Amino acid sequence: MATAQNNVAAADKGFVYLPLIAGWLVPGAGHFLLRKWGRGTLVAVSIVGMFALGIAMQGKIYSSAHDVLEMLGLAGDLGNGLLFVLGRMLNLGADQVQVTTADYGKVFIVVSGLLNVISAVDAHNLRTGRKS
Amino acid sequence: MLHPSHFSALVLFALFASIIFGITQRETPRRMLHYGIYCFVLFVGSAIVLSWVMFLIAR
Repeated sequence: MATAQNNVAAADKGFVYLPLIAGWLVPGAGHFLLRKWGRGTLVAVSIVGMFALGIAMQGKIYSSAHDVLEMLGLAGDLGNGLLFVLGRMLNLGADQVQVTTADYGKVFIVVSGLLNVISAVDAHNLRTGRKS
Repeated sequence: MLHPSHFSALVLFALFASIIFGITQRETPRRMLHYGIYCFVLFVGSAIVLSWVMFLIAR
């Protein structure tokens, strides 16, 4: 109860969307801003680990959207925030999915982005006091 | 380059997804842990069941 009141009181101060944006750009950063160290660490390890495994499996990072499926894949990849930008800058992953594991890798990268969005929204809910 | 088997890729996927689901969908650490384990078992269990169903259909 006291924690929820503290969160509501904290929600009255500062830019309320900061944890949401920070959590999207850097996995776990939204929770770190709210001093949820354990949750933030688990989120960061999970998202970065999943993205790194996807890259290690030669998964594809979408760069353009020529059809609906590619558009959905790109939307998922964009959820990774700066990891996506880093991946594109360093030209990580494969251009074409040629082996089965690359297909798994592509899914890992897309899903890590979607899970990162869920985590960022969770940080936002903590910030606004909707969740304790 | 990493070449996991289909099952090990599934277990890794289920592990990371369950951690995030547990953290984001429940409020207390105890309930987060329980929900995370529940999701992990559902991910892996349903994949095993569906694999057997597809195996039997394909025969």
